[in-house]
Amino acid sequence: MKGIYGIPKKRFGGGIFDTPGNALFSLILLALLVHWGMGVWDWTITRGTWQAETAEQCARNGGFCWAFLRDRWRLILFGPYPFQEQWRPALALVVCLALLSASVSTWIWGKALGPRLLLFCWILGVPLMALLMIGGMLGIPRVPIRLWGGLPLTVMLASVGVSLAFLLAIALALGRVSKMPVLRWMATGYIEFFRGVPLIALLFLAAILFPYFVPPGWSMDTLLRAQLAFALFFAAYMAEAMRGGLQSISPGQYDAAQALGLSWWQTQRRIILPQALRKVIPSLVNIFIAAFKDTSLVVVISMLDLLGAANASTAEAKWWGLYIEPYLFIALIYLIFCSAMSAYSRGLERRLGIGER
Amino acid sequence: MAMPNLLSRLWHRPSSRARLWQALALGLFGAAIWWLWTNLTGNLARRDLGIDFRFLSGRASFEFGENLAGYQAGDSFLRAFLAGLGNTIQVAVAGIVLTTILALALALVRLSPNRLARRLTGTWIELIRNTPLLLQLLFWHQFIIRQLPMPRQAWEPLPGVFLSNRGLVFPAPETAAALLPMICAVLVGISVALVLRRTPSVHGSRLYHFLPICLLVAPPLIALLIAPPSISFPELKGFNFHGGSSVSPEFIALLCALVIYQSAFMAETIRSGILAVPKGQIEAAQALGLPRFQLLWLVVLPQALRIAIPPVTSQYLSLTKNSSLAVAIGYPDLVRVSQVTISETGRAVECVSILLAVYLSLSLFTALIMDVYNRRVMRRGGAAA
Repeated sequence: MKGIYGIPKKRFGGGIFDTPGNALFSLILLALLVHWGMGVWDWTITRGTWQAETAEQCARNGGFCWAFLRDRWRLILFGPYPFQEQWRPALALVVCLALLSASVSTWIWGKALGPRLLLFCWILGVPLMALLMIGGMLGIPRVPIRLWGGLPLTVMLASVGVSLAFLLAIALALGRVSKMPVLRWMATGYIEFFRGVPLIALLFLAAILFPYFVPPGWSMDTLLRAQLAFALFFAAYMAEAMRGGLQSISPGQYDAAQALGLSWWQTQRRIILPQALRKVIPSLVNIFIAAFKDTSLVVVISMLDLLGAANASTAEAKWWGLYIEPYLFIALIYLIFCSAMSAYSRGLERRLGIGER
Repeated sequence: MAMPNLLSRLWHRPSSRARLWQALALGLFGAAIWWLWTNLTGNLARRDLGIDFRFLSGRASFEFGENLAGYQAGDSFLRAFLAGLGNTIQVAVAGIVLTTILALALALVRLSPNRLARRLTGTWIELIRNTPLLLQLLFWHQFIIRQLPMPRQAWEPLPGVFLSNRGLVFPAPETAAALLPMICAVLVGISVALVLRRTPSVHGSRLYHFLPICLLVAPPLIALLIAPPSISFPELKGFNFHGGSSVSPEFIALLCALVIYQSAFMAETIRSGILAVPKGQIEAAQALGLPRFQLLWLVVLPQALRIAIPPVTSQYLSLTKNSSLAVAIGYPDLVRVSQVTISETGRAVECVSILLAVYLSLSLFTALIMDVYNRRVMRRGGAAA
C-alpha cells in the first residue's frame, strides 16, 4: 500500500521502527497492546469461572462466565428447537454451508462437469435440508416452524432471502436500464422505494400489515413473511449493484450479438448478464454480508434468530443479568461468517482484477 | 390471410413489440395494486375500520421522556409523531457530526506512516463492520444501564457534567429565550463577515485569515459578558438529578452504536477518497515545500472530500435509516412512536404509511440535493460520482 503523501514506501511507508518518532509511537502502541492483552487474559482466564450454577457465583470472581456458555450454548445456537432433535438443524446447517461454499468455489466452476454437479447437489440438498428441519416423515418427528431459531434461522433468512432477491434483482436491473420507459419507471420506482425506507419499517409491514393485504383466511407464518420482506428489500440493493455492471458493458457487445442474429433474451442470457454479473460479484457478496447482519433485525418482531436466542438465553432467573457472555459469543459467530465472506470477496476482486485503479 | 399477416408484422416490429410488453407490465402491475387494494379495503371494512387519519388529533396517553417538540402524555398523536420525528432527527444530526469526525480520524490513522497503527485501525474497522449494528446497540444499552454507576456515585468527567446509569446530565440555560442574545450575536458576526469578505481592502491584508474566527467568536463572547444567560446546574436530590439538561441512557447507547458502526464504514470511504487524489497534486505540493500538515489540510483533504461526498451522503442517509433500530431499546424515535400508537389505537395501516412516507421523503430529498450537487460539480469540471 502506498502512503497518502505519495512518498515511496522505502522512506515512509511500511515502517514500525524506521524513524525515531515512529519508533516512539510504535512503542507506546505496543505497550498499550500488551497492557490490554494482559487485561483480557486476566478477565477471561485468571478470573474466568468454569464451574458455576448461577450468574451470582460467576460474579464473585468478576471474570468471564464460561459456565454460562457451557450451560447455554445450545440454546443460543439452535434457539427453541427441541433439545433432543437439535442434531437436525446442525446437520442441515452443515449441508447448507457445504453447498454454499461449494457454489462459490472458483475451482468447481472451472471444472467441466462442475456446474452440473453443483446443480445436482442442490437438487438433492434442498429437500434434504427441508426434511431435516421440518420432519414429519421417515420417522423423524415434525417440528413446527415457530420453534426454528438460532444460527440455522439466521443462515436461512440470509441465504434464501438473498437467493430470491437475486432473481428479482436481475429482472429489476434489466428493467432499470431498459429502453422501454414504462418498465424503466416501474423498476426505478421499486428500487427507490425499497432503498428509501428502513428495513424495520418493512418488517413491521410484513408482521403487522400482511393480513390486511391478503384475502381473509390466507395465513402465512411470520418467519416466511419476514423472509419475503428480506427478499424484496435486498433485491433493490442488488439491482442497483447489477445496474452498475450492466452499464459497464460496452455497446459493441450488443452490436455483435445483434449481428449474430441473437434475440434479446439470448443476448442477455448468453452475452450481457454473464459479463455484467461477473463484474459485480464483489459488491453482491458485500450485500450478502449486509443481509447476514441485518437478519438480526427480526428480533424486533420477536423472532429467535441468533441474536434473539442470545437475548433469550439470559431470561432464566439463574443467568439473569449476564449480557457480555452471550453477546460476545454471537459476535464471534457473526464475525467468523462475515470475515470469511469479505476475505472471499477481496480474493475474488484481486483475481478478477477489478476494483483496481 | 390478412389478419395473421398484420399480426405477424406487428409482432416482428420492435416498436410495437415494446409497446405490447409495456402494456402487459403495466396491466400486471395495475392488477396487483387493485388486488391488494380491494383486499385492504375489504379487510378493513370487515373490522369496521376505514383508512382515516383523524385519529391523529386524538389524545395519546403514553409518555416518553425526552423530546424537542415538548410532547407530554395527553397531547395529540400528531404531536407525538412530531416529537418522534424530532428525536430521530436529533440523534441523526448528532450522529452525523460525530461519525464524520471519528471517520476522518480513523481514515487518517489508517493511512499513517506507522504500520502498527495502520494494522490496529484496520483490525478495529473489520471487527466493527463484521458484527450487526443491532447487536452492538443492545450491547451498549446493557453496558450503560448495568456497568455505569448509580446517580449517587455518578462520574463527573467535567465540573457539572454527570454520567450515570440514568444518562448524562449537564448544565444548560434555563430557557431557550436565555440564548436569544447569543444567537443574535452569532448572526451579527456572520453577516459582518459576509460583508467584509467582499471588501477589497480587507482581502489583501493579513487580517483576512483571522477574520472568520474573530467574527464568530467575539460577538458571542461579548453577548455572554453583557447578558449572561441564567444557567441551571444539575444537582443530586434523592435518587436522581434535578436541574440542568439531560439525555437518556437510550440516547447515549444509540448514539454510541451508530457513531462507532457507521464511522467504520465511512473511514473506508474517506480513505479511498484520499487515495484517489492524483499523485501529481501531492508531488506539486511537495515541490512547493509545503510541510506535511499543510499538504494534508490544504491539498489532499479538500480534493479527497469532494470525491468522497456522494458516497458519504448515502452513508449519512443510511445512518438516519439505521437510527430506526432505536425501537429495540425503547428510545422514542419515529418508529417507536408508531409502534406504541398502533398498540394504542389499532391504526396500523395509517401509522405504517406515515412511517414509510416520512423516511421516503427524507431519502428522496437527500437524493435531490445530491443530484443538484453532482451537476454543479460536473459543470465546474471537477470529479463527480
